[in-house]
This record gives sequence, C-alpha cells and structure tokens, in this order.
Amino acid sequence: MNVPVFTQVSYLVATALFILSLKWLNAPTTARRGVWAGEIGMIIAIAGTLLLPEIKSFQWIILTLLVGTAVGIPIALLMPMTAVPQRTALSHSFGGLAVGAVGTAEYYLRVVKPFGQPGGLNHFTMGVLALEVLLGFLTFTGSMMAVGKLQDILPTRPITYRGQNFVNLSLLAIAVAIGVYLTVDPSKTILFPIFALLALTFGVLLIIPIGGADMPTVISLLNSYAGLSASAMGFVLGNKMLIVAGALDGSSGFILSVIMCKAMNRSFTNVLFGAFGQVTTKQLGPGEEKTVRSAQPEEAAQILESASSVVIVPGYGMAVAQAQHKVRELYDSLTKRGVDVRFAIHPVAGRMPGHMNVLLAEADIPYDRLAEMDEINPELSHTDVALIIGANDVTNPAARHDKGSPIYGMPIIDVDKAHTVMVIKRSMSSGFAGIDNELYFMDKTLMLFGDAKAFVGEIVKELSNGR
Amino acid sequence: MDNLMNSLFVFLLATFLGLEVIRRVSPLLHTPLMSLTNAISAISLVGSIVLLGGQQTTLSTVLGAVAVTASTINVVSGFLITDRMLKMFKKREPKP
Repeated sequence: MNVPVFTQVSYLVATALFILSLKWLNAPTTARRGVWAGEIGMIIAIAGTLLLPEIKSFQWIILTLLVGTAVGIPIALLMPMTAVPQRTALSHSFGGLAVGAVGTAEYYLRVVKPFGQPGGLNHFTMGVLALEVLLGFLTFTGSMMAVGKLQDILPTRPITYRGQNFVNLSLLAIAVAIGVYLTVDPSKTILFPIFALLALTFGVLLIIPIGGADMPTVISLLNSYAGLSASAMGFVLGNKMLIVAGALDGSSGFILSVIMCKAMNRSFTNVLFGAFGQVTTKQLGPGEEKTVRSAQPEEAAQILESASSVVIVPGYGMAVAQAQHKVRELYDSLTKRGVDVRFAIHPVAGRMPGHMNVLLAEADIPYDRLAEMDEINPELSHTDVALIIGANDVTNPAARHDKGSPIYGMPIIDVDKAHTVMVIKRSMSSGFAGIDNELYFMDKTLMLFGDAKAFVGEIVKELSNGR
Repeated sequence: MDNLMNSLFVFLLATFLGLEVIRRVSPLLHTPLMSLTNAISAISLVGSIVLLGGQQTTLSTVLGAVAVTASTINVVSGFLITDRMLKMFKKREPKP
C-alpha cells in the first residue's frame, strides 16, 4: 500500500504532538496546552487520512463523524464530575468496540485474498489481528460491566461462585488456543465468530467478581488493555502513529494500575481473582463493648477554630453526600481565621485514580492545598486536628499492625498521629472492606454523627455566628 | 518479517517513552491523564475511517460505521472533558 507523503508527514507531526501533549500534562500550569496539542495532532492526522486514495466515498464518513460529535459533546459538557469514572470506563468500552470491529472487518476482508500476498493475511498479521480482536472485545464488554457497577445498575459487591477462576481461566485458554490455531491456519473462518464470542464473554466474566473498592485498579487495567488493543491495530494496519498512541495509553494505564495496587497493598492477580470485600472475616465478639465519644457541631467548630493546623481527609462518601461545596466553605472560613488547612488525598480516594482531586478542584479548592499521602504523613504528628469526611479504610490504623486484618499492609493516612481526630460519619457501619475501624474508639477521637453535607454546613454556620 | 521488527521497535520505544513521560505526571492530574490518553488512543479513528471509506463489503462498511462513531465519541468527549477538568484546577489567589 502506497501511503502519500502528505499523509505520512501528517502522522509524524501528530505523533510528536501526542507525545508533547502528555509531557505538558505533567504540571497543572501547562496541562491545558497539552490538551490543545493533542487536539491539533488529532485534526492533522484525520485530515491526512481523508486524503488517502483508498477512500472512495465520504458520505458515511461525514455522517458517522457528525453523529459521534453530536453524542460526544453533551457527554463531555453535561457529565457531573462524580460520574467521570463511568464516562472513562464507557470510553474504554467504545475504544475496545471500535478496535474489535475494525479487527473483525479486516479479518473477513483479508481472508478471501491469497495467503501471504500483499493485502492478504500472513501468520504475523493474523497473530496480531487475533490479539487485537481479543483485547478489543474483552475491553468492550469488561468496561461495560465496569460502567454498570460504577453506575449502580449492577451490584457493586463481587459476584462469585464456586470454580469461578477455573471457568474464567479455561475460557481464556480456549480463546487463546483458537487464536493460535487461526494464526497457523487463518482459513478456518468458522472459528473466528467463536473466537470473538469467547473474547466478549471473557470480558464479562473477568469483571463480575470484582468489588467496588477495586474499581480504581480495574479502570486503570482496562485503560491499559484499551491502549494495547489500539496498538495491536497499528501492527495490523502497519500504522506507526497508532502503535505509538496505543503504547502511550497502554503504558499510562499500566503505571496507574501499579500505583493503585500499591496503594491497596495488593497484587494484580489478587485484584483480578481475589474477589475482595465479599466476606466480613473479623467481627467484634458479642461481649466486646467499645465506647465512642461523639460531639455536636458547636463543639467541633470550637475545636477547629482554636486549631492552628487542620488536615481534612476526604473520601468517596464526601462526594456521595455532595458535601464538597460545604467543605470549601469550611476551608474558606477557617483560612480566614488564619488556620492552616490542607487536604490529604489517599491514592484510592474516589472511584478512579485522581478522582478526589478533580472533585475538590471543582469545588474551587486551590490545588496547592491538596497533599498526597506520602507528603502529608510526616506532618500529621504536629497537626492539631485531622477531620475525616466520608473516608474509612484508608484511615484505619489496623492496616499498620493487625496482621489478621484484610487491609493489613495497605498504606494509610496516619490521622491517628494528629492531636485530635474528628470523623464525620452517618453511623458506625463499616467501610468497603467490611471491617471495624479502631480509630473510632481512640480517646482523642470525636465522632460527628450525621450527613456529611449537613454537618459541615452546621459547623460553618457555627463559625460564622461565633464572631 | 522486516515489518514486524520495525513495528516492534516502534512499540518498544513508545512504551519506554510513555513510562518515562507518564511517571512524571503528578497524581493530582491522574484523572485528566486517563481521559487524555483515552482521547489520544482513539486515534484508531484513522483506521476506522479508511475501512469505512473503502466501501468494500457490507460487513466492512457496517463495522466501519460502528468504529468511526465509537472512536469519534471518544475523541470529542475525551478532549473536551479533559479540558473541562483542567480548567477547574486553580492555585490560591494571592492574599491582598
């Protein structure tokens, strides 16, 4: 296939812009420039493609581009920030679908041509084509399941049954075997639909045993698959720009998955096959009565007001209660009184990597007040008040010392080292992992029972009434 | 065979480059990072456009139409929502 020079140059320029785009995303100050670079690269690449001689008709291309744009714009502009994980999973799903569909079409177009001839299949093309279709379709259905779980259409708890891992692995093994067989002999067209179907089914089965707490890892992993499938498509079509763009996406998803796994002290295999959070292994014994101290908004306001440093630890519960704007008012009110307020963000706070930062930024909280776990932990021992809103497991000191705890070894935010700990919580119910948090029973801990939004609102009111 | 090696070299270099560049992205921006890389990898749109424009068989046209629509949604919504998120990240206004 003879690709015109203009198209080749456009792909080269676009590839450079994509790399710059990610480079500029390093810092909040240059990040928006990164988006523009990506957009310009995309437009150049599409323009270069439309000039290819293979394109015989533009009618369908224009129509589908318009439909895609008409659907894409409202998704981007109207989606609430709490739903960003769903949108991300949905886009992995669409990406997988597109790649799988192109792979399927390429197979049927090429298989009728003589084997080994240009335009036909050879062992190499068939091998990567099988990989492309497998990754594309499993990302498609797997991400759809993730969307369902994030949107609460499907149960967020893990769905498990006896022999689940055996079934999943056997299914994958059969799919891989058929893929290998097709690579050796692509002419067995009857096997291709079975192969595609197995890939689609495997995507569903892979995600159903995964619980809500593992969503950040799963989204990152699916991100990686979506990127790799796009890269495989680049191998099939001999398009180096696609290989690079897919590899960038794949490595990004990989890095994020590793970060998420570390943040939960779990391995990939454990996330995929462990079905975390389904069993409550350790309950308090029946005779074991523990007491907690609780407080009213007035008392909480007084303590916050007389503090010189406050660290707020937000969790997904804060976003569920839509409390971030009230939290911003609290931040303003305390900052005005000269209190140093910072936010401690655990890597898995929220439903996808970095989600909590976006939610707080949306509430106009300056990003230089947001601190990562490793940055804030050494400072907590000389912090006056740690205020926890809607977070649970990421603050549980049991992760440091209780070897029997399911979250043992997970890095946590060391709120128990602060002079006073306050926890806003609806009730004493346990978090995702289904375990008690011993933090709540410490002497320096004050439990503030109530809805996060209402409670923070009342503290703010107390503070403004004060003087 | 040459083709395969060429492609593998490109893939290898791009993966290492990706790991280096993305490792430097602050965790603050991990959500925009994911939506941006998503939008960029939707460049598979160009493959779908060629397939759809080729008008070779009914199957290839239908699958091409599905692929172009799905990728376009990703490109458009991916870039727009990334920008929408990044616009929200502000520094503290200097105290007067």
